[in-house]
Amino acid sequence: MPDEFAVELINVAKQFDQVVAVDNVSLQIRDGEFFSLLGPSGCGKTTTLRMIGGFEMPTSGNVLIGGEIQGFKPPFQRPVNTVFQSYALFPHMTIFDNVAFGLQMKKVSKSEIKQRVNEMLELVQLSDVGRRKPNQLSGGQQQRIALARALINKPKVLLLDEPLGALDLKLRKAMQLELKALQQRVGITFIYVTHDQEEALTMSDRIAVMNQGKVLHLDTPEEIYEHPANRFVADFIGETNFMEGKVSQLNEERVFVAVDDQVPVPLLPTRDVQLGQVVTVAVRPEKLSVSAEKKREVDIPGTIDEVIYIGTDIRYIVRITEKTTLAVREQNRGGLSAQRFSIGDHIHIGWYARNASLLTE
Amino acid sequence: MNKNKRKQWRVFGLIFPSLFWLVVFFAIPLILVLAMSFGERGTYGGVIWNFNLENFARFFDFSDPLYLRIFGRTLYIAAITTLVSFLIGYPMAFWIASQPEKRRNSLLMMLMLPFWTNFLVRTYAWILILRDQGVINTIWAGHFHNAVVWLVAVLPGLPLDWLVQATSNPLPLFGTNLAIIIGLTYGWLPDMVLPCYAAIERFDGSLVEAAQDLYANRVQAFFRVIFPLTLPGVVAGSILVFIPSLGAYVTPDLLGGAKSVMIGNIIYSQFMSARDYPFGAAISFVLMALMLAGTLFYFRFTVAGQKGEPGHD
Repeated sequence: MPDEFAVELINVAKQFDQVVAVDNVSLQIRDGEFFSLLGPSGCGKTTTLRMIGGFEMPTSGNVLIGGEIQGFKPPFQRPVNTVFQSYALFPHMTIFDNVAFGLQMKKVSKSEIKQRVNEMLELVQLSDVGRRKPNQLSGGQQQRIALARALINKPKVLLLDEPLGALDLKLRKAMQLELKALQQRVGITFIYVTHDQEEALTMSDRIAVMNQGKVLHLDTPEEIYEHPANRFVADFIGETNFMEGKVSQLNEERVFVAVDDQVPVPLLPTRDVQLGQVVTVAVRPEKLSVSAEKKREVDIPGTIDEVIYIGTDIRYIVRITEKTTLAVREQNRGGLSAQRFSIGDHIHIGWYARNASLLTE
Repeated sequence: MNKNKRKQWRVFGLIFPSLFWLVVFFAIPLILVLAMSFGERGTYGGVIWNFNLENFARFFDFSDPLYLRIFGRTLYIAAITTLVSFLIGYPMAFWIASQPEKRRNSLLMMLMLPFWTNFLVRTYAWILILRDQGVINTIWAGHFHNAVVWLVAVLPGLPLDWLVQATSNPLPLFGTNLAIIIGLTYGWLPDMVLPCYAAIERFDGSLVEAAQDLYANRVQAFFRVIFPLTLPGVVAGSILVFIPSLGAYVTPDLLGGAKSVMIGNIIYSQFMSARDYPFGAAISFVLMALMLAGTLFYFRFTVAGQKGEPGHD
C-alpha cells in the first residue's frame, strides 16, 4: 500500500533545543507529483525538506521514501537529491565535474559518465559550458547546473529549497515555467520549498501551506485559493477581505452571518457551525463587483471610501459598517459599460454566495 | 599637472619612512652580505674583496659534502616539522572551527597564550622535559622501570624482561633530531593552525551537504571537497612553518646535539667563531635563495588555485 507514495511523513516532529520547528506533521506525497511546501520564513518548511533529505533527523516520527522507513540514514544513502538554495556548486571543479560528481561517487564507468553528463547539460540547454568553473556562469546558469547535478542521478524524489530565490523577477518567472515543464518531462517527484505563494500556485500539483511548524492546509492550488481552510491560509495566499460576525440564521440552503451584528451575509452551508458562533467570512476582492443597484444574490450597500487606479484594475475601498471595509477589484475593461464611481458614492457590493468562505479559526 | 605633482609628493612623503627603513636596514645590508659572499676571509678575520666563487664551491663540494649534508638534514628536519605541524594543526583548526562561536575565540586565545612567554624560556622548558633526568625519562626509566621490575619480582613467570631492559636506560631524546623537531613543531604550530583555521572557518558548509547529497560519504566529502578548498590555508601554514624551521638557530642550538647541527648554527659559527664572514654570507644566500624559490612557488600555486573560486566582492 505505501508504495503509491513517493514520500510519506508520519507524525514527524523536530525540536531545536526548546524551539519546535516542525510540529507533528503527516504528509503523503504521490509519485510523480510536483509538491510544494509553502509558508513564511521560519514556518518549518525547510526543516521538513531537510528531514526528507537526511540533513536533519526528526526528533520523533518517521520519514518514508518509496515506502521505506529512512530512520537515521545519512543523506548519501537516501534515494533523493537536493537543489540547494545557494546552489552549493563546488567552486574548485569544472561544470562537467560538478555534474559528474554523483555518478563518480557511484563508480559509474567513465564513458557512461561522459555520455550522461553531456545529455544532462543538453537537457538544461548548457551544452558548451562543461569546461568552465561555476563562478564563470550567471546566476540563472548556475541554477540550471545545480538542477542538472541533482537530476543526473535519477533520484526517486528531487528536493528543491527555494531554488529560484536568488534570481531576478523576470528570470524567476521564466524558470518557473521551465522547471514545471522539465518536471513533467522527466517524471520525477519534485518537493519544492518556497515562501512565494504565486510561485507555488503556478507550478504545483498540490501545496501544503505551513505555519509555526504545522501543515494548515494541503490541497490543489485551486482548492487552496478558492476555499482556504482557515484565516492564515486565506491571508497568506492572495488578498482576502475578512468580515467578523456571528451566525444569525441556519437553514438547508444558506448560513447567514451577521457581520458586525448588522449586515446579514448569506453563505453556502457548512457542517460544523452553530447558531451564535463567532466566525469570519472571507471573500477575495476580484470576486466582488460594485454597481449602482442590486445585481447579485449577495448584496451589501456601502459607501466608497477610496478609489485607486492601478491600470489593469480599479480598486475600490468600500465601507459597509463602521468597523469593516472591503476591497473590490474591478477589471478595467473600458468602454461605455464601465461605470466609474467616486469617493462618497452610495453603491451596492455584490457577489455569489459560493465565492465566500466561512472560516472558524 | 600641478595638482598631480603635489599628489605625487604627498604619496612620496607617506611612503618615505618605510622606504627609508627598508633601504637602510634591509636592502643595503643585504647587498653588503651578497658582495661579501664573493669575497675571501682575511688572515685575521675581515674580508678581502676579491671577486671569486670559492665560498659557493666550498658549500657545493660533492667530494666532501660536509655542508651539503648539514643542509640536507636541515631540509629534512624542516620538512618533518612542517608535516607534523600539519598533522596536528589541521585537525586542531578543524576542531576549533567546529565549536560554537564564543568558544572558538577563547580557544584561539589559548593557542596564542604561549607566545606571551619568551621563546628562549619556552625552549629551555623543553630541555627540562626531554633531557635524561627530565620529566619523560624520570617516568620512563624511573617510576615505570621500578614498576616493571617489581612486577617481574612478584610474578616471575611474566615475559617482561625486554621491558626491564628497555626501561633501564633513559630514552635518547635530548640532543637528537627528534628533540629539534619537537621543539620546532611546538614553536611554529600556531602558524600552521591559524591559516588553516581561517580557511576552514570561512568554508561553506552547504558544499559538504551537497557532496553528501551526491552520495559522497564523510571521507569522500573531506578529500573531494573540504580538503581541496582549504588547501590554500594549508599551503600558507606550511610556508609559515617551513621557512622559519629552515633558518632555525635557537632550537637546534639548545635542544640538538653535535650530530644534529642545522644550517643556522653553521652560519652563526662562521660569523661568530670561525670569523669567516664571506663563507657565512654565501651560506646565508643559498638559504635565502631556496626560501625565495619556495615562496614564489607558493604564490604561483595559490594564484593558480584560486582562479576557480568566486571573486571576493
